[in-house]
Amino acid sequence: MEHYLSLFVKAVFIENMALAFFLGMCTFIAISKKIQTSFGLGIAVIVVLAITVPVNNLIYTYLLKEGALTWISPEYASVDLSFLGLLSYIGVIAAMVQILEMVLDKYIPSLYNSLGVFLPLITVNCAIMGASLFMVERDYQLGESVVYGVGAGVGWALAITALAGIREKLKYSDIPHGLRGLGITFITVGLMSLGFMSFGGISL
Amino acid sequence: MSEIKQVLTEPLFQNNPIGLQILGICSALAVTTSLKVALVMSVAVTIVTACSNLTISLVRSNIPNSIRIIVQMTIIASLVIVVDQVLKAYAYSISKQLSVFVGLIITNCIVMGRAEAYAMKNSPGMSFLDGIGNGLGYSVVLIAVGIIRELFGAGKLLGYEILPLVTEGGWYQANGLLLLPPSAFFIIGLLIWAVRSWKKDQVEAPDFKISSNTTKEAY
Repeated sequence: MEHYLSLFVKAVFIENMALAFFLGMCTFIAISKKIQTSFGLGIAVIVVLAITVPVNNLIYTYLLKEGALTWISPEYASVDLSFLGLLSYIGVIAAMVQILEMVLDKYIPSLYNSLGVFLPLITVNCAIMGASLFMVERDYQLGESVVYGVGAGVGWALAITALAGIREKLKYSDIPHGLRGLGITFITVGLMSLGFMSFGGISL
Repeated sequence: MSEIKQVLTEPLFQNNPIGLQILGICSALAVTTSLKVALVMSVAVTIVTACSNLTISLVRSNIPNSIRIIVQMTIIASLVIVVDQVLKAYAYSISKQLSVFVGLIITNCIVMGRAEAYAMKNSPGMSFLDGIGNGLGYSVVLIAVGIIRELFGAGKLLGYEILPLVTEGGWYQANGLLLLPPSAFFIIGLLIWAVRSWKKDQVEAPDFKISSNTTKEAY
């Protein structure tokens, strides 16, 4: 239990997807003008991450890893399909997002409407793909990958909501012309990222 | 002829993918600690963007609109797998340093964004050039940030000593902050500022105008 808890805290703060690994930056910077939309996007990312990371973990363990196919027949022990990893993960992510879109549309239309165009955009959010790749690189078990997926999503959502809060205040300030908009956002994110680096020394 | 030149050179400064289109930022920040890694990443992204633009443009009239994203993804993912395998075979140490970021070229918004915005509507030849142009625009930023970070952070360029460090008996006190991830944000932010002071038309309109503090009548 303690192990999972520390993994969760690590994924949320110490290895924050957005501010420590710079994943999902394009969406992070493009869609952080309003707190409300950022928060909705954050929730969608959490949901997608919580589903895709464990599913990709299963695919990796039972289909792609070297010797993973032995459950079909022991003859396949030398088959190594891990080069197909990238293709299958992105396939799973695209399919999951599509399914999630249909399910939400049918059963929770209010959430579906509030997320709108952001839902399909999640497919190309590097944070989702990144989490799956880190999961493979670090050899997480199924349980760990669930916790890691949720944690990474929560960390990302936290970061984008915080940035949106800052940007909502920032638009009232007098900024040098060339720095307005994108430029000052980069510098703000840089400062936030410096702040999050202070978690770096913590080892759990 | 002029159209070709425009497609190739416009993304460099006029319509830079990182500076103006907000595309492909993730990798620009994470792989620029040394110039060598930045160069490899630039080449990889340029090749993938150009080839995916070409392929998608070739089959564009046969892709049903509703599943186009998955088709594009599959094409891009196959190309990235090729790049990944080539890097692993011929440049293993660099491929280790890039770690997950080679795989993340798939979700690099430049590739996807150009496929969607340009290759779906234009002829294969022009799409190929557009891919190269945008890849170069990305490379310019990546290489600039890579040079600044490696030169002032470690006193070296491509591993050769340029500024002799204090710790090795020289005179240059290395700036450790530049090797840490957040510095990339500052450098890109300042680069955007520099480009926009030069090209005034890129300046964004303010959301909220500040009224002047005092009026003439007050005097």
